[in-house]
Amino acid sequence: MSKKKAPQATSKRPPMQKGMLKRLLKMLFGFYPVLVPLTIVCILFTAVASTIPATVLQQVTEMIENWQATGDWEGASAEILPRVFFLIGMYVLSLISITLETQLMAYITQGFLFKMRRTMFERMQDLPIQYFDTHKHGDIMCYYTNDVDNLRQLVAQSLPTLIRASVTVLSVFFIMLYYSVWLTCLLLLGVVAILFVTKKVGGGSAKYFVLLVNAVGKQEGFIQEMMNGQKVIKVFTHEEKCKEDFDKIRDELFDVSYRAHAFANMLGPIIMNIGNVMYVIVATVGGLLLIKNVPNLSLSGLPFGIDIVVPFLSMTKQFTGNINQVSQQINSIIMGMAGATRVFELMDQVAEPDDGYVTLVNARIAPDGSVTETAERTGQWAWKHPHSADGSVTYTPLRGDVRMTGVDFCYEEGKPVLHDVSVYAEPGQKVAFVGATGAGKTTITNLINRFYDIADGKIRYDGININKIRKSDLRRSLGIVLQETYLSTGTVMENIRYGNLDATDEECIRAAKLAGADDFITRLPGGYETELANNGANLSQGQRQLIAIARAAVADPPVMILDEATSSIDTRTEAIVQKGMDALMKGRTVFVIAHRLSTVRNSDVIMVLDHGRIIERGSHEKLIAERGQYYQLYTGAFELE
Amino acid sequence: MLKRLVKCVREYKKYVILTLVFIVAEAIIETMIPFITANLINEIKTGAEMNVILRYGGLLVVMAVLSLACGGIAGFTCAKASSGFSKNLRQDIFEKIMTYSFSNVDKFSSSSLVTRMTTDVANVQMSFMMIIRTAIRSPLMLIFSVVMAYVMGGPLSTAFVIVIPVLGFGFWKIGQKAMPAFRAVFKKYDRLNESIEENVRGMRVVKGFSREEYEKEKFGAGAENIRSDFTRAERIVALNTPLMQLCMYFNMVFVLIVGSKMAITTDAIDVGHISAMLNYGMQILMSLMMLSMIYVMITMSTESAKRIIEVLSEEPALTSPEDAITEVRDGSIDFEGVSFKYSEKAKRFALENIDLHVKSGMTVGIIGGTGSSKSSLVQLIPRLYDVTEGCVKVGGVDVRKYDLDALRNSVAMVLQKNLLFAGTIRENLKWGNANATDEEIREACRLSQADDFVMSFPDGYDTHIEQGGTNVSGGQKQRLCIARALLKKPKILILDDSTSAVDTKTDSLIREGFKAYIPETTKIIIAQRVASVQDADLILVMENGRIESMGTHDELLRTSVIYREVYEQQTNGGDDNE
Repeated sequence: MSKKKAPQATSKRPPMQKGMLKRLLKMLFGFYPVLVPLTIVCILFTAVASTIPATVLQQVTEMIENWQATGDWEGASAEILPRVFFLIGMYVLSLISITLETQLMAYITQGFLFKMRRTMFERMQDLPIQYFDTHKHGDIMCYYTNDVDNLRQLVAQSLPTLIRASVTVLSVFFIMLYYSVWLTCLLLLGVVAILFVTKKVGGGSAKYFVLLVNAVGKQEGFIQEMMNGQKVIKVFTHEEKCKEDFDKIRDELFDVSYRAHAFANMLGPIIMNIGNVMYVIVATVGGLLLIKNVPNLSLSGLPFGIDIVVPFLSMTKQFTGNINQVSQQINSIIMGMAGATRVFELMDQVAEPDDGYVTLVNARIAPDGSVTETAERTGQWAWKHPHSADGSVTYTPLRGDVRMTGVDFCYEEGKPVLHDVSVYAEPGQKVAFVGATGAGKTTITNLINRFYDIADGKIRYDGININKIRKSDLRRSLGIVLQETYLSTGTVMENIRYGNLDATDEECIRAAKLAGADDFITRLPGGYETELANNGANLSQGQRQLIAIARAAVADPPVMILDEATSSIDTRTEAIVQKGMDALMKGRTVFVIAHRLSTVRNSDVIMVLDHGRIIERGSHEKLIAERGQYYQLYTGAFELE
Repeated sequence: MLKRLVKCVREYKKYVILTLVFIVAEAIIETMIPFITANLINEIKTGAEMNVILRYGGLLVVMAVLSLACGGIAGFTCAKASSGFSKNLRQDIFEKIMTYSFSNVDKFSSSSLVTRMTTDVANVQMSFMMIIRTAIRSPLMLIFSVVMAYVMGGPLSTAFVIVIPVLGFGFWKIGQKAMPAFRAVFKKYDRLNESIEENVRGMRVVKGFSREEYEKEKFGAGAENIRSDFTRAERIVALNTPLMQLCMYFNMVFVLIVGSKMAITTDAIDVGHISAMLNYGMQILMSLMMLSMIYVMITMSTESAKRIIEVLSEEPALTSPEDAITEVRDGSIDFEGVSFKYSEKAKRFALENIDLHVKSGMTVGIIGGTGSSKSSLVQLIPRLYDVTEGCVKVGGVDVRKYDLDALRNSVAMVLQKNLLFAGTIRENLKWGNANATDEEIREACRLSQADDFVMSFPDGYDTHIEQGGTNVSGGQKQRLCIARALLKKPKILILDDSTSAVDTKTDSLIREGFKAYIPETTKIIIAQRVASVQDADLILVMENGRIESMGTHDELLRTSVIYREVYEQQTNGGDDNE
């Protein structure tokens, strides 16, 4: 990891953006162009089907009342049973559609999440290193956990509920108009009241839910810091103080949590009871209209009567019930949209541009120096350089000659990190960088493998401007070993093979031997098949570094960058490893960064960096003789870090 | 298990009770409203007077307002109770974790502990809220509705004899089938997220080896695996709705066919019974559905609850004994036949057969290669870990007999991984002694050679330290950490490779200071530089968890091959430096 970082982006949540829903739906349809519409049809069908029984029931009860006096079941059944059979038919259809709908929803939701995750991850892989240097890892993780979870709620629950409820509300609305316009108008007043309350209370709840998310994040950060600092806490018996600090954070969390939930919990009863009041008002006004004999206005033209008021009442229930369902989804919708905004923010990041056209190919190099491209692995490589001007292709053997000329660079506008740096490394040379933290040592290596692009100057690899080389090929030709080693979950063997996926077990073991790692690996309980977890937490830092060196060795690149690669290996072990390291470095161009000067002493050239400038350069003997900064560092008269 | 969780309700018990009371009240009013409306409708049907209608209307409005009030209050108290519950739960967990020793923490892994305190607590909080809101209400509504259906529907209520068991069995079966599937997939999901995190942290390696495509494929396969498992589990749960609908429809059709026949051919029931049956039938099925949801929710959060309980019931591996000794006599240290391994399962001992006797006030140097267990050795002194065999004595007393705080307060340790916390320099130093005066702080800093550079900062001791101490150099950080340890006025001071970034001159100044100003304190210095230890009273050379040899510098040069090798290597060609 770069030790010099651009300032961390604040983890502030972005404001909700317009058009989020549209974009989300577009993606959903894009993923499942057939299934999503089919699901919607099912939802619509179920919604409409659920409004029909009410009218059938009404008819049947009427019939029963009419036939009750006669006691003639034969006659009544002839009239009633067809209705019931119609109802059964509807039920069967609606059962089929609801089964289909729920099964499809389960399938689509998970498929959608899968595709989102994959899209996010693939985009993330293509982002430049700068993105990872400027964003907190916890924040990036949040995309995959919280934000995706919120999206799940939105897609699996809120959207179907919204569709179903709005269809039901609409169809009920038209049936109501069919019965009575006056009563419908009355109901609309109630709807306005409900909307108003939802906006007020639901808005309050949404506000606190957003605060809640932040408070939860803050808590997590605190716990994280405490877990990292456990040892210090124990050594200083600081447990009580930590508890106090945690109490404060906990109280804050409690405060927003209960407010958010209180608003959310109250919304249901409020809307339901406004619904109840509506019911009462409709009943009362209906009754009054009946008594006063007010002429009805309706689509059906039916006169006002008890047979209008009663079904109207049950529809009132259905109407407000559905609106209540929608209002219950408000939090999920707001959180889901916030999640969508953030997820899209990740997806909209600009991928690392790669316009390189010079590629690395297997080649056979004839004794006369002519290069032919081959399909199979020859152990020899060449740069394939197509020239657009005349359509010709030239091949340059891969040698590992790296030249930087007059390079300037800054991570942030106006804060230059490197000034006019020139470094020439011929194939097989060992070039060392020495200097204080922040002098720009790591930055130089970041530029060679194009983790960052230079502002001014030139970097050439085997005479080719590295901007012309395809990034993946450039990086393939450079091996890096960093101070902080990252091992992935898997066996030791898998971790070494990461350097070259085609390597056989023998090749991996040979690389480990070269790096001096074989000795301790074979002593591990499972040897090369020992499972590493948690970044190899069961190994010491030095052992992890040895595996990382083996990983680079198996890649067998012509150029290697060792950024404090042996800093955690004690001098004695380093002396043992040194032989392997020397073997590893032999015939390769090597850039070494180390603050332990014994590591760099035998370099061909040592560059002393200070504030982004090379202030001294030369061999160890030359620099010692000069009695400059290097000499002071070397004699310990000067503090390095 | 539940008992332990319920204990966390504590001062929020009254809110739980209030919630239950108001929810019951709300439920009662809620079931009464249809009654009265039924009456109102009957009145309207029979052409009642306006004042009768208005009276009923007024009564209903009052009831609705009451129901609203009850529901609203219950919503509020419920939020308070559940948030309070989770607050207490977090407190209990955090305090428990604070008592953990490293072996406890290692058992769970620290990232898992963080998840348990966040995600798992949130899950349990949600279930808790769900339970107090519905646990009484749903069964109550169920019983009430069954009784009413029986009273009002008469023989028609036999439909429920069929429907309720079918539905209950169906829900139970679905839950039983889905739960293991969910549990399995949640674990996979956790692993997927871990692998993302690994990828994010190791992005330089991924990019350095151009492994983006490989990582994409690997992730795609993992995510696809989860998708198919999740889909299977969710599809099982998705059967809940159609099953519920099926029962509801069956009930409707049954009531309509049987009811209409009975109504017409007998006097046993009339239309009123039928519509009451339909209404109550709906309510019964709804409460069953709610109960099944609670069942699903509880089973899902059981996993979380279990994980929390695990944390709460873990016995701290290291505790102060009863009638512990609170006074550390002096800084003498004795290792008697000590062997140590980090976990019982570990095959290899980290330390074997250590015998070591250090008199109070001595300076001991320790030198050894990577993995030679230098740090393991000194961590036994403040009892960060317990020995596996033998015993460690401080001040002539077995460390296991001391009160932990007392012991650790007299042993100051500067760790290899130095950590400063976000805050000012002064605040960080006060970790050593909360009551230290400014003069004491400066004194400690002078001793650790930190005063000069601190004073050179514009804000001096009030300079703000970023999280992780990124705005001071490695050497400065180390010197501040030493000062922090000195402020404890310890009887034993342990420096675990903590001057590695300090230049040789300052390093020796610090050691001279120790000798002059804290002669009584036993000093243990782990170092990679021979120069840092060569003037110690006793030097240990560690190799593979054993003391390879010990003695003074001159003795070791004669007797220890390793020591001589290291020494020659470091002095060869000039005074080597880190």
